[in-house]
Amino acid sequence: MKQDIILAGVGGQGILSIAYVIDNAALADGLQFKQAEVHGMAQRGGAVQSHLRLSSGRIWSDLIPKGEADMILSVEPLEALRYFDQMRPAGIVVTSSTPYRNIPDYPDLDRVLGEVAKAGGSVIVDSEKLAKEAGTIKAQNIVMLGAASRFLILKEESLRTVVETLFKPRGAAVVEANLRAFDLGRKAAGAA
Amino acid sequence: MVRQVLLGDEALALGAVHAGLSAAYSYPGTPASEIMEFLIRLAKKEGGFKATWSVNEKVAYEEALGASFAGKRAMVSFKHVGLNVAADPFMNSAMTGANGGLVVVSADDPGMHSSQNEQDSRFYAQFARVLCLEPADHQECYDLARRAFDLSEATGLPVLIRLVTRLSHSRSSVETGEPRPQNPLRTGDWKDWTLLPVNARRRFRLLIDRQAELLRLAEALPANALILNDKDRSLGVIASGIAANYFREAAAKEESAPSFLKVSSFPLPEKLVRALVGHVETVLVLEDGYPLIEKELQGFFGVPGKRVVGRTSGAVPASGELNPDIVRTALGLAPLPSRAPSGVPLAGRPPQLCVGCPHADTFKALNEARAAYPGTSVFSDIGCYTLGALPPYNAIQSCVCMGASVGMARGASDVGVRPAVAVIGDSTFAHSGMTPLLGAADANADMTLIILDNATVAMTGGQPTYGSGERLLRIVEALGVPKEHLRTIEPLPKNHGKNVQVMKEEFEYRGLSVIVAVRECVQEQRKRRS
Repeated sequence: MKQDIILAGVGGQGILSIAYVIDNAALADGLQFKQAEVHGMAQRGGAVQSHLRLSSGRIWSDLIPKGEADMILSVEPLEALRYFDQMRPAGIVVTSSTPYRNIPDYPDLDRVLGEVAKAGGSVIVDSEKLAKEAGTIKAQNIVMLGAASRFLILKEESLRTVVETLFKPRGAAVVEANLRAFDLGRKAAGAA
Repeated sequence: MVRQVLLGDEALALGAVHAGLSAAYSYPGTPASEIMEFLIRLAKKEGGFKATWSVNEKVAYEEALGASFAGKRAMVSFKHVGLNVAADPFMNSAMTGANGGLVVVSADDPGMHSSQNEQDSRFYAQFARVLCLEPADHQECYDLARRAFDLSEATGLPVLIRLVTRLSHSRSSVETGEPRPQNPLRTGDWKDWTLLPVNARRRFRLLIDRQAELLRLAEALPANALILNDKDRSLGVIASGIAANYFREAAAKEESAPSFLKVSSFPLPEKLVRALVGHVETVLVLEDGYPLIEKELQGFFGVPGKRVVGRTSGAVPASGELNPDIVRTALGLAPLPSRAPSGVPLAGRPPQLCVGCPHADTFKALNEARAAYPGTSVFSDIGCYTLGALPPYNAIQSCVCMGASVGMARGASDVGVRPAVAVIGDSTFAHSGMTPLLGAADANADMTLIILDNATVAMTGGQPTYGSGERLLRIVEALGVPKEHLRTIEPLPKNHGKNVQVMKEEFEYRGLSVIVAVRECVQEQRKRRS
């Protein structure tokens, strides 16, 4: 059993928090994992990605070989497209539909979403709307984690437990909002 | 045994603590910063050892060396180019030797994710004639950090651990062992540590005499592994550090894998290398960095009857970070089937200054102020503000190494550039900008230095800075900059006109001036408020 995931987004969108939750849930579920992430200069508003590998057996490379990614999980639609050729032909895309426009030449959004929809089994979630509904616009990353949780080889309960641990230092209200965000994302992916 | 989720950097740091670390020093730099970040968090929580951000890497090295002199286990960590800054004490510490275990961690950045070059620290170990260990995964980061202290104390020499970005910044689970106690105080012998020629010659002979022992220890390192394929002798692979993972990733999918030597120690484990090379016809060398092993095998004349291929031969690209795909190709394996790239043109998203960044306001004012002097250049330095070289600012024209902007502006001024302008951040100024300014002040060089004081080391995640605020102004004045030409501005859109005026006045002044642009980093402001 293995799952290779490319996490994508823009620096500052909370990709590393998604990675933190998946890593620790994998540890709780007794799986091996390796997760390569980007720090430093690239984090300043640039495109960021993290290679996250889960397996019941030994994982060698920290990077996912081209053609092995089972899933792209993106907090931003243009960033989802950037790694299409890293996926296996039957790979799935779980992405937010909310664009992050910090560049002058952002392509036409309908064209971007249309391209994502063309990938078989793609799930497009309005993370902005659902995060607001959950109580904090900041929880878009956790909405997307919830959406992806339907397809992850991890227990839903393990993921929710780590979400709780992650936000506990910021108080009960923040924990509640993020768990709501997780559940709303998961529900939206089920309906898609 | 406890399993923990750790970055490669963190696994190494924890290994050092469990080896009985007493003191650790560093200067921030990607990809090494997380070593000290982790140590500071742990020291705050559990106490028992010192973990300190130093003013620069040379100072960090010397602080660690002092702790080692006193018999305690010490570690110094930095990014690869930090070892250039610390090269003087590093080279000479191979002469003095280490008393308490001394471990030097240099985190290389193949592919230059956040660096100005991709120099390979393994050469430094060779240059200084000390042992170098190169972990391949997180568990080895932890285990080899512990082992490095043992080896340092066994040989009485510093040991260098080489990391690469991809391992420094990858997370996995690590099994940790029992911590051991620290060393007692036990100072070194002055005759070893005082490198007067009479002592230095004796120490150098001793260092040379120890090389055979270093080779024996390098060969005995359990992290080296040799797997021979008796059925197929056509190809053998030597892979160093993380490159071994890319090979094994590809090999795990094949029915028959080539003979394979994983190298984790330098000097090269000669017996193992001979065993592999003797067994096969062609040797493919995979190393994330410069072709050190490949060139050592090739020498001038090559290996008789064998083909040695790698970065030099073109089997692997001559520069850049390795990855599983490059290694597949080098092994002659077909690419795995993958989805076609998206049909939408992918607009690039390069890193950029944050919305509301004070540097942006300084650059806008600078561009307007120097519009009157076409053809002039602005020398700059290392930090977030290096992004000012890119559109929409196009405000700076150089970035070389820590502190270079100040000396370069002085040199350009000496040969007639007017105005000669340099831009440097507050932490970079403390790191390496004070000494060149001292010289420029003595000569009253005709130049203007703009110090961007955002009160933090922003690019690497907001570490503390040594020269900021009032203290920075006092330092600049004390270096000899006349008070009337030490100006401060607040880089905000509402002050734009005023700030342009200050810059124009100082560009016109025929002597040394310093303008300090004071406004806190927006990221740090946000952190402080949340």
